[in-house]
Amino acid sequence: MADIFTRMGNLDRRIIFILIALAVIIPILTDLIIPNIVGAEPSRDLFEFVDALPPGSNVILSFDYDPSTMPELQPMAEAVVRHLFLKDHRIIGMALWPQGAALGQDAMSSLSDSLGKEQYLDWVNLGYKTGGGVMIVRLGTSMRAIFPTDRDNVPWSEIPMLQGINSLDDIQLVISLSAGDPGIIAWVMMAGDRYDIPIGGGCTAVSAPQLYTYLQTEQMVGLLGGLKGAADYETLVGIENGEAIRGMSPQSVAHIAIMLFIIIGNIAYFTQKRKGGAR
Amino acid sequence: MNWEIVGIWLGALVTLCLYSFLYRDNPYYKFAEHLFVGMSAGYWVIYSIFNVLIPNWWDNMLPEGGGFNWIWVIPGLFALFMLARMVPRIAGLSRLALGMIVGTGAGLNMLTFFQSNALAQVKGTIFSVATGGVWSIFSSLVLVVGVVSGLVYFFFSKAHTGFTGKTANVGITILMVAFGASFGYTIMARLSLLIGRCTFLLEDWLPTIPRLLGIGG
Repeated sequence: MADIFTRMGNLDRRIIFILIALAVIIPILTDLIIPNIVGAEPSRDLFEFVDALPPGSNVILSFDYDPSTMPELQPMAEAVVRHLFLKDHRIIGMALWPQGAALGQDAMSSLSDSLGKEQYLDWVNLGYKTGGGVMIVRLGTSMRAIFPTDRDNVPWSEIPMLQGINSLDDIQLVISLSAGDPGIIAWVMMAGDRYDIPIGGGCTAVSAPQLYTYLQTEQMVGLLGGLKGAADYETLVGIENGEAIRGMSPQSVAHIAIMLFIIIGNIAYFTQKRKGGAR
Repeated sequence: MNWEIVGIWLGALVTLCLYSFLYRDNPYYKFAEHLFVGMSAGYWVIYSIFNVLIPNWWDNMLPEGGGFNWIWVIPGLFALFMLARMVPRIAGLSRLALGMIVGTGAGLNMLTFFQSNALAQVKGTIFSVATGGVWSIFSSLVLVVGVVSGLVYFFFSKAHTGFTGKTANVGITILMVAFGASFGYTIMARLSLLIGRCTFLLEDWLPTIPRLLGIGG
């Protein structure tokens, strides 16, 4: 028995790669759906905050990511946009990352028609602006100065939904979907703490532990962490078989496989250690 | 020619080339890697010119309505100073531009960063115990004990023996739990990317093969 574990401990890493690939591919091919249960989590906090806003609230949705993190953040963007549209909030899209503007446009325009929403009345994409935190500080005094036109070069003064909006004071919520810096932290520091604007967010799983600290201090109203956060929001919004919900099945199977590897690896390590082999 | 299918095939081939590294280093992987680096560099240069430089600087210096705003010559000069690093004789000029960037960043962040990431966190830790129900109080106690013992672990002015040593041990245990949580989240992130690629290969690329071979719909 000990020999088996020793042999497992020295397993060729390529076999592990194949097993992980199978753990991901098989659930996708078999359309396996593992129910996603949403508890009292930060994703529910964000959902409830958006739900409680009065209809017609102005919400900044900042698409601070690029295609490399699309599998995690694009389902999040689509679920959040759907929820904002269903609650009749007005979405002001923008991006701190250059390619985020195009991804945000995809998310908003793909849902706009089916939910009876109109560009410039219910949503607008102001596009990308460089500067990160410095730019956010300037939004606190004049949004028009930073974005004289939207992404398609339509002047601010010709966009009906933006009339009456001057600075961050006229915004009821900022949601940043962030893959790194600049992103949620810049919004928390420059908009949340400086101008007292509620900040919500969605992030890649890698950066989630770092952002949990802002939840405990109530510097953020809610957080969607990685694919699980996206699946939670899809579930709460009522999207059946959403991209993130479908992604959670291979995710769960692969996690079980990795946990088994960790257990086997540890048993092999301690077995070898007892024999005096491992250092 | 159906350009969508061409795009899907290019994406799939490059993905497979990159994953071939998992077997071992090979020329296909190298090709895909260099292609990615080269294309990224080219893309960013063009993107920066048309989406950053022209709208934020050039259009302000030479507005559509005519005229010349000379004040915008200054940021242009600072941008050129940055490139001076490549010429050893005038490399010192780049320090002016760098100094401005560092100074602005430090000035803007000094107070805000301290407020958001130090004061607010300390306040959150101190006041957390006083609020909420039993579970919340327990969770807050874990937080406070975790923070204090974690700090003790990094306090090297006193030998880690006796009570200090035991507290430091609690601290390292808490740190290990935090690293474990972080590791778990990292695995979730990397798997999400793998799932994204596998979904693309299985649901977008594979169905194009029968179409190209003229089999099925």
